[in-house]
Amino acid sequence: MAVVEKRDETLAISSSDDIVRVRQTARAWVVELGFSMISQTKLVTAASELARNMVEFGGGGTVRLEILSDSIHAGIRLTFEDHGPGIPDIELAMKDGYTTGHGLGLGLGGSRRLVNEFQIDSQVGRGTRVSIIRWK
Amino acid sequence: MERIPILKMGEFLLITIQVDMHDRLALALQDDLTERIIQTGARGVLIDISSLDVVDSFTGRLLGNIAAMSRLLDAETVVVGMQPAVAMTLVELGLSLEGVRTALNVEKGMEALKSSLEPGTKESKNGRGREKG
Repeated sequence: MAVVEKRDETLAISSSDDIVRVRQTARAWVVELGFSMISQTKLVTAASELARNMVEFGGGGTVRLEILSDSIHAGIRLTFEDHGPGIPDIELAMKDGYTTGHGLGLGLGGSRRLVNEFQIDSQVGRGTRVSIIRWK
Repeated sequence: MERIPILKMGEFLLITIQVDMHDRLALALQDDLTERIIQTGARGVLIDISSLDVVDSFTGRLLGNIAAMSRLLDAETVVVGMQPAVAMTLVELGLSLEGVRTALNVEKGMEALKSSLEPGTKESKNGRGREKG
């Protein structure tokens, strides 16, 4: 069972500059955890996609970063939470190429492929929470 | 305002993206580049992304847009220096950058641009590259 270490930080995301900050913070953490280059890149890219989704569709929100560890591995969990319009059809939103914005529609489905665990909860009119974990 | 520099090298433009790009910077780059292509009549654009350790779908789209816009302005684009981890991540993300030419490094990119220019066509802007015989 994974336990959350003491390290825990929440960043507010409302603009494109904040997306850059999420990438930099996530990068610093996974470098510190000793992730391989490819593992770092995948996690940071997923973080960038999900942070952008929040800015574009969720009206901004927060990202919480946590370091996880159990007896065998260390990992990082990022939780993206917004109080935007929510996603009516999650299955559709997860599909590659589906977009309501100006993007390529790769954000959700693409970022799921870049991490080990992916969880999404969304309620129309209340908001969306996406949580991802990548183990070292 | 912060800008990404665009260098002129002969008939090509060279852009080295070294900073973690936010949206305004990306949009400014598109504006600046299209303007410079017209100003200089550049025939090729070389974009060096070797310093980028993350290329997300936003940056991927930017590269695709630049290639498409340049093509409409009669200039070829070659993206060079992608880090291996970035390439692996882009594919998994589902972004294959179709329509964007790539080369391993600046030198190879230059060669690709030069070979895409047919000799003797520099003066004629009409039907370039299609004239045969």
